[in-house]
Amino acid sequence: MQDLTEQFVELIRRTSTDLPADVHRALNEARDREAPGSAARSALESILQNVELARQKNSPICQDTGTPIFFVRYPAGWSGRALRAQIRAAIARATEKAYLRPNAVDSLSGKNSGNNLGDEAFPSLHFEEVEGETLTVDLLLKGGGCENVGAQYSLPDDRLGADRDLQGVRRAVLDAVQQAQGLGCAPGVLGVSIGGDRGTSYAASKQQLLRALDDTNPDPALARLEAQLTQEANTLGIGPMGFGGATTVLGVKMTGQHRLPACYFVTVSYMCWADRRRRLTVLGDTCTIE
Amino acid sequence: MKTLHMPLSAEDIRDLHLGDSVLLSGVMITARDAAHKWMIDTYVRRTRTPAGDDEQVYAALKDLLRGGAIYHCGPVVAGLQTKQYAFKAAGPTTSIREEPYQGEVMHHFGVRAVIGKGGMGARTLAACREVPGVYLHAIGGAATLIAETVKRVQGVHKLEFGVPEAMWVIEVEDFPAVVTMDSHGQSLHAAIEKASHEALEKLLTT
Repeated sequence: MQDLTEQFVELIRRTSTDLPADVHRALNEARDREAPGSAARSALESILQNVELARQKNSPICQDTGTPIFFVRYPAGWSGRALRAQIRAAIARATEKAYLRPNAVDSLSGKNSGNNLGDEAFPSLHFEEVEGETLTVDLLLKGGGCENVGAQYSLPDDRLGADRDLQGVRRAVLDAVQQAQGLGCAPGVLGVSIGGDRGTSYAASKQQLLRALDDTNPDPALARLEAQLTQEANTLGIGPMGFGGATTVLGVKMTGQHRLPACYFVTVSYMCWADRRRRLTVLGDTCTIE
Repeated sequence: MKTLHMPLSAEDIRDLHLGDSVLLSGVMITARDAAHKWMIDTYVRRTRTPAGDDEQVYAALKDLLRGGAIYHCGPVVAGLQTKQYAFKAAGPTTSIREEPYQGEVMHHFGVRAVIGKGGMGARTLAACREVPGVYLHAIGGAATLIAETVKRVQGVHKLEFGVPEAMWVIEVEDFPAVVTMDSHGQSLHAAIEKASHEALEKLLTT
């Protein structure tokens, strides 16, 4: 089995310093929608300048390089244990190189480990053995400001008049956006999971954040709801940074999971505008990062 | 565009109104979650006895913060091994977490500018009127761009809180921000919250 530590360091560098093209495009379009001279437009202009500068200078887009969340899908023949060790080594090395801020804090002692390595849950690693020959590693760097505005609803929700149907889901998601205001660094991207248990629902909502902004949900009902929610959230007037304006979310990505008869969760994970995600694939001797 | 130099006077502050764009120059100090809790416990509410280098740090802070600026920021810092510190990425962190502490800290130290993102609540707005002070919104996530305005790291206090939570003393030049809470009782955040709540209510009737 190959040692991918160096490739993982490069995956982390790219993710932290180089925003994906679809997100960059969406931010450009958002800037063009805001009124000339408005605080919203000026915020997006600074954001776009920063994205360029970070790429040129090889420097983190945002100082909160977040929780590194890895989704690893490996074919037979790869060792999950070895990959875990390589990813952890790469995390420490990328921290030394200042691509990542040391972010792992012991909750009981308050001590920052200094190298981004905490317990089993930090960095956050998800492994799945898959068919075929391609190894795929998705990385999401998710900052704390946007993590704090994530929300989970248990339907029915009387306050929102939200029943156990897609209309109820819609109400919960719009409430989450209004509650978040600009605190999650709007304009954000929403990953939404319907169903599951409290834990699996949050995990699934984060996995939705790996989807390209311009893709289409294979489920036609969810595809319609994603478009509707994006449009409606943008009528709330929260705008970039919460300054007011036309763009509050860049996109909404949804999925459903099986649930218990007694439970109906709607879980919203909010990703800030600095939607840092990259994918590494290995097939034979070829390793690519996109 | 208004230019401001720390330390700030009451007149500087009274001159500022909601929506003003400002460029800040001079010395500011980063302080976020652990730092605010430490200041409150040890020196404001005095529920904890000073220990270690607390008294030295407090003496230094008193000078720096009179008319000074607190920046809610947990930077990415290069040169940790050599202590030749340089800020690589230094955008604001979410300010509302300091709402339980900020007003008292402003009063205690005479802080006139709080810089962060996302805005703060009623207690900080009241302190802005009384001290007087102002809340300045920096662009969240614009970390490399903002780091360019940090010309020098003078030093660091409480590095044992970890790099993001330590109190970094920095010299900035033309640090950009917008007044979103002023000393005249105005808050952009309260206004947007109210308007977006009304818009939500309207959407939910359908």
